[in-house]
Amino acid sequence: MGFDIFEPGSFGTRPLFTSETTPPVAMPRDPGGVEVSLGGVAKAFGQRGVLRSVDLEIAPGEFVAIVGRSGCGKSTVLRLLAGLERPDAGLLQIEGKPPVSGNPLVRMMFQDARLLPWRRVADNVTLGLPQAQHQLAREALGEVGLADRGGEWPRVLSGGQRQRVALARALAARPRLLLLDEPLGALDALTRIEMQALIERIWLDHRVTAILVTHDVAEAVALADRIIVLDAGRVAHDIPVDLPRPRPRTSREFAALEAEVLARVLGEPHGEAVAERELVRTA
Amino acid sequence: MTAAFALKARLIPWIVPFLVIVVWQLLASAGVISDRVLPAPAAVGQAAAELAANGRLIEDIAVSARRAALGFIIGGTIGFLLGLVNGAIPLSGTLFDSSMQMMRTIPHLALIPLVILWFGIGETSRIFLVAIGVLFPVYLNTYHGVRNVDPALLEMAGNYGVSRKDLFLHVILPGALPSILVGVRYGLGIMWLTLIVAETIAANSGIGYVTMNAREFLQTDVLVFGILLYALLGKLADVAARSLEGRLLAWNPAYAGAA
Repeated sequence: MGFDIFEPGSFGTRPLFTSETTPPVAMPRDPGGVEVSLGGVAKAFGQRGVLRSVDLEIAPGEFVAIVGRSGCGKSTVLRLLAGLERPDAGLLQIEGKPPVSGNPLVRMMFQDARLLPWRRVADNVTLGLPQAQHQLAREALGEVGLADRGGEWPRVLSGGQRQRVALARALAARPRLLLLDEPLGALDALTRIEMQALIERIWLDHRVTAILVTHDVAEAVALADRIIVLDAGRVAHDIPVDLPRPRPRTSREFAALEAEVLARVLGEPHGEAVAERELVRTA
Repeated sequence: MTAAFALKARLIPWIVPFLVIVVWQLLASAGVISDRVLPAPAAVGQAAAELAANGRLIEDIAVSARRAALGFIIGGTIGFLLGLVNGAIPLSGTLFDSSMQMMRTIPHLALIPLVILWFGIGETSRIFLVAIGVLFPVYLNTYHGVRNVDPALLEMAGNYGVSRKDLFLHVILPGALPSILVGVRYGLGIMWLTLIVAETIAANSGIGYVTMNAREFLQTDVLVFGILLYALLGKLADVAARSLEGRLLAWNPAYAGAA
């Protein structure tokens, strides 16, 4: 990739909070992230045990990516934290409390945007918000660079724009835990890279706790502080990512780490050998 | 779409009815079609003018329209509410839906003798028949629409802290609306059909009465005019339903720009 996608302003996005859009709201702007902990969490669907025993501690404001093969239960972890499923065993805590669906501290972004097609873009972003917080929704739409598209129907937007609206909707309630369930999985490669930069920038601004489920290892390396590899219903690897942000994908360290994580996801016995091969290929 | 093209699109559907009338008039004038079988369009027009002149026609149309509207409102409201409740509340759906499905298979016109016994041959029985006819298509489509709201959207709304009232008003109802409006259009068709039958059996006013009267006196021109009037009123109801769809479903690509 020969261009620097992390150059600020290269996607036509607007400044986050310009003076004229900043309202005199008494609300704390960035309350930061919450602490999340999972202890011995198990979940089965019918006879199939998806999660056997997951232990995971996530610090406030940390960005964690969960990767793994299809069906390893990575989405299930998010659905448990969103309160959409109940665990069969174990303990999940968000700020010391069990998850409940509809908790305003927690917002989930799905793989499909799930916009209500009969509401205009701005009304989609205000969904579930009390009238007093509608200004926050307008700001969130500005943050994702779609302030001028509020009056449109979702159907006229592109896939990437719809996901940006979904991101704005998730941000509008000023959540402190952002659950990202493969939100970029259905987008084309270029849009995906744009969206990753947008997510990173927004996360840096708000410092919420973020958990990203993805099967794109490069995406995990680009965004996360830590990468969790799930395998056979357990945390198989917990890999810290110490690269400085923003992370150019062309760097040698990026490629090496990507190859390492990929090898671990695939469960190769000789991870290093694969890593070497990957390095040669990408060099 | 340019203005000229829009105008063409509006005119094109009328070409066929217009040609039918021209050919019909030509055949009648040439004596190919007997006056006793089918009067010429000109004769029908003349009959219409005579009927309109003595004022009874407007009165009869008003009477029919009132019966149709009352029956439609009563039946449509009941069908809509039952559909909503049975669709949204699982227990209610399990309890009542299969009974509704059983009842809908009864041709409502087969109830006429029973309805006459219950309500006599007055206004009530005609409105009752229209209401029963409209109730089922509206019920079925409302129920179906509510049951088929995308579960992914319901899950999202629940997760985004949408209250039960808002979930109903902003997710379930608009999600079911395309299907509900299909039910309304079906209902409008059945409304006219039922009214024609009800007015030809026992009535002393209304369009159905006018045509039955015309049959007694072998006034084929009046008879044909009555039938055309039904076609026209049916078309009018359909246009109204379509414009409603265009307005309420502007978000839906299938209806965008239909109004």
